[in-house]
Amino acid sequence: MSATLTEAKETVRTEPSPNPEPRRRRPSRRVVLLGSAALTWLLGFLFLHGTATLALPTSELTDLHRTLNHFNSWVASNRTDNPVFLYLLSPLRTGVDAVANAFTTIFAASTTGLRLPEIGWLGTVALLGWIAWAVGNARVALLTVAVFVFFGLQGLFVEAAYTFALVLTAVLLSLCVGIPLGVLAGVSSRFQKAVTPVLDFMQILPSFVYLAPLALVFLIGPASAVIATVIYAAPPIIRLTAHGIRGIPENTREASDSLGTTGLQRLFTLQIPMAKRTIVMGINQGTMAALSMVTIAALIAAPGLGQVVVRALQSLDVGTAVNAGLSIVLMAIVLDRVTTAASERAKPKTQRRQSKLPRRLRTILLAAGFAIVLVLIQLSRTVLWAAQFPQEVNFGPDIVNGVAGASDWLQTHLSLLTETFREGMTVSLLNPFQTVLTDTPFFIIFAVLALAAYAFGGWKLTALVLGCLAAIVYLGLWGDAMATLASTLVATVIVMLLGVVFGVAMGRSKRLDNFLRPILDAGQTLPSFVYLVPFLGLFGATRFTAIVAGVIYAAPAAIKIMADGITGVSPTVVEAAVSSGSTPWQVITKVQLPMARKSLGLAANQGLIYVLAMVVVGALVGAGGLGYDVVGGFVQSSLFGKGLAAGLAIVFLGILLDRITQAAAFAAPARSHRTAKPTPNSVPTTKEA
Amino acid sequence: MNSSDISVRNLWKVFGPGGAKIPTNPELASLSSSELLARTGCVAAVRDMNFDVAKGEVFVIMGLSGSGKSTLIRCLTRLIEPTSGRVTVGNKNILEANAAELRELRRRKMSMVFQHFGLLPHRTVLDNVAYGLQIRGASKSERYARSREVIELVGLKGYEQHFPEQLSGGMQQRVGLGRALAGDPDTILFDEPFSALDPLIRRDMQAEVIRLHKDMGKTMVFVTHDLSEALKLGDRILIMRHGEAVQCGTGDELVGSPANDYIADFVSEVPRSDVLTLKWIAEAVAPGTPSDAPVLSSSTIIRDAIHTVMHSSSPVLVEEAGAITGQIDRDSILSVLRGVRAAA
Repeated sequence: MSATLTEAKETVRTEPSPNPEPRRRRPSRRVVLLGSAALTWLLGFLFLHGTATLALPTSELTDLHRTLNHFNSWVASNRTDNPVFLYLLSPLRTGVDAVANAFTTIFAASTTGLRLPEIGWLGTVALLGWIAWAVGNARVALLTVAVFVFFGLQGLFVEAAYTFALVLTAVLLSLCVGIPLGVLAGVSSRFQKAVTPVLDFMQILPSFVYLAPLALVFLIGPASAVIATVIYAAPPIIRLTAHGIRGIPENTREASDSLGTTGLQRLFTLQIPMAKRTIVMGINQGTMAALSMVTIAALIAAPGLGQVVVRALQSLDVGTAVNAGLSIVLMAIVLDRVTTAASERAKPKTQRRQSKLPRRLRTILLAAGFAIVLVLIQLSRTVLWAAQFPQEVNFGPDIVNGVAGASDWLQTHLSLLTETFREGMTVSLLNPFQTVLTDTPFFIIFAVLALAAYAFGGWKLTALVLGCLAAIVYLGLWGDAMATLASTLVATVIVMLLGVVFGVAMGRSKRLDNFLRPILDAGQTLPSFVYLVPFLGLFGATRFTAIVAGVIYAAPAAIKIMADGITGVSPTVVEAAVSSGSTPWQVITKVQLPMARKSLGLAANQGLIYVLAMVVVGALVGAGGLGYDVVGGFVQSSLFGKGLAAGLAIVFLGILLDRITQAAAFAAPARSHRTAKPTPNSVPTTKEA
Repeated sequence: MNSSDISVRNLWKVFGPGGAKIPTNPELASLSSSELLARTGCVAAVRDMNFDVAKGEVFVIMGLSGSGKSTLIRCLTRLIEPTSGRVTVGNKNILEANAAELRELRRRKMSMVFQHFGLLPHRTVLDNVAYGLQIRGASKSERYARSREVIELVGLKGYEQHFPEQLSGGMQQRVGLGRALAGDPDTILFDEPFSALDPLIRRDMQAEVIRLHKDMGKTMVFVTHDLSEALKLGDRILIMRHGEAVQCGTGDELVGSPANDYIADFVSEVPRSDVLTLKWIAEAVAPGTPSDAPVLSSSTIIRDAIHTVMHSSSPVLVEEAGAITGQIDRDSILSVLRGVRAAA
């Protein structure tokens, strides 16, 4: 670090000398490596295209896939007497199933008689509204009541209640797992070191790939769905809990130690109270992750709104998909608002906006409210109209028909626009790029990626990348992986363009930032495959739909990272650049973007991960590639092995993309020191001159 | 030995890998800090420190940043674990104390006031002051009663239900002071408590500490990088540099007879007439001095003697323990005021 700094200083000093050699040498090696990678690819494609592509037709299997199929049937036949299942996995499944069942019976539907839940819709709405009020405030309580009544009006109350019950189960279990682990990671550096790579790894996996292995072990149904969701939702809770505890200022900790606190006293009087707000933010993120996963878990037969959307997507029924998708969006908004309001309440009293109600009055009102809730719950257990949402006020079919009509109209009348756009993009950009990837011999791609990896991360990264690529070949899905990679890269390029344009604009204009940021935040809370629905209505069932959805899904993250990067550039440097007469364009290209280069890398990294997740889920609306194999594995048992292999291939693809972009992002500062560091130094020089 | 409250012997704190063997290795122990860093990669923040703090004394540890003074004060209650040596508090070497004994020491014997206050932002002023009592298991009514007394003592009455961030820096430090006082410890350690405050508030707080010391007579160990603060508060001052003690003595000893050029340079800006006593400038009694000339004690600060000397027609006699030890005249006073170095 200090070496690069001194070097950078030296380059400044040697700048006037006619010998610029030390400045050029190191970047040029990277450029040479990347250039030779591009050249290898070009030559390989030109002379060898169509050979050694390792393509595997959709219905064909490799030996590995058949072995996995056998493994599947072996698990099925040995489930009852294998000790691992008998004493570990099956009890776990039974336990989770019991908890999930308890909550679904309370809120959604019982398995007996009229299939009425323990608490009918009226009681549920009242109870949830009251909880929202108790943990948050009256505004979010009203929102909760309104949204849940709206679910009823959509004709989706039972489905929404299922989804809610599963989210609740999963979040509660995630908290049981996540908070103790998070506290441990916050207190013990050794545990933190051990657990961080695991959490990082879990974060780059698309939610989709958890499902198949879990369904294999825990069968399909709510139990697997909840377990998958816990695995997906616990990491943010662990991470933020640990972060909250570690974020406590050293001097506060020391002051508490100087008074003679024991470890436990420190934990309960200092660390947990001070980390409370961050922990609640972790609960917020975990809840949003849980909703996302619970809806996707429809693929392994989790009941609820997700199932309505999946079925509608599979039959291309845009109306129903939009209706249910809308419910999911509203559910996401409610969960997000309520948990955010809860974290607001967890703020220290001085930072909180003073509430109008005095504390004691609020307690009394809450108690009175709870009495009313109990009455309504009792009512909903005894009277049918309060138990089952009245069918007379079901506007669901109207919404479905309206949307279907609108979608038809759009597709017929705007077809010139949407189809031209779609075809134009597909033919001019997507197809050629995909051909370049799928038709190039696999060993050329190996060489190209190895060179790129070596340029950014040296031998270690090269070995990792080659390992991932070899694994994909071994899994027998090279062709599909390249198709997925093509879609992912095209979408990521578009995401990066959006990220740079909007990020720079937001970084330079506080007003635009204030305006866009809430929208981007909202966009990030929505479950991934809700994004497929509107674009299915516009573009029909194609790969292109998945790519557009992926772009929209990934753009908020990339834009926010870029905006933060640009905002993070020291204002003094920008001021210095402006005062020496730079045009805005020069400030952007010569100062802000080079200095935010690390953010550029991080935005690309996050963009790729998000896009990959969506491109894979996009298999539901006609995107091919690995996602299609995974979905096929769920649907047809003969394709199970291939689906599982495709899931693994996605994992390897994800690791590969993540590692290369991370390396590129963190390799950048070495260069940005060289290019950007002289800027603040050279500006005063020009002033003097 | 009842006068010595804290006694520090051969105390070392070495940061870095393998630091434990440096104090015992005479060759390494004699290296300068830059040589040590180059040879072993270790930093000796406190090296071979020896001093005693008497009961009821205000003992100031002074040095520039990086001199190891904050490390040293933390070693006294093992907030930083010393590498070797002895720290004796009330006949007990605390370096040998186990975790429970150490907690007991921190809870009852020694409290600390920090530079950045270290208040708990989620607790009110009252709960912050009561924190130490809560930790040691005092009942709610007991700890609140005691905390209210202390809050009044540090001048924060009426602010009990405020949260730290609603208070100014000076008031926050009063809370920190109150927290340290609440447990009624024998010794209070101050780690640059006022350097984060602006000058006027700092002066108030220094006056507050002097007042509290007068009222309660607690032993205080006070770390600062501000020489005027050290001279104002300290009965004795220890000056540190590169982890070593350079000189230890009263304020006028440091100014009057600096041990080396470093100290001399350090104290050169100090207005000598404010610190030195007549002892430092007294000359032998001249034959012509009348025996009925005014007499001043040798421990009188020079500044306080100006009036008497200027209004006396003859030189002024200086006495120590009842005996006349010398005389001073206008010239000797003026030469000090002019900044000429008195022959010490």
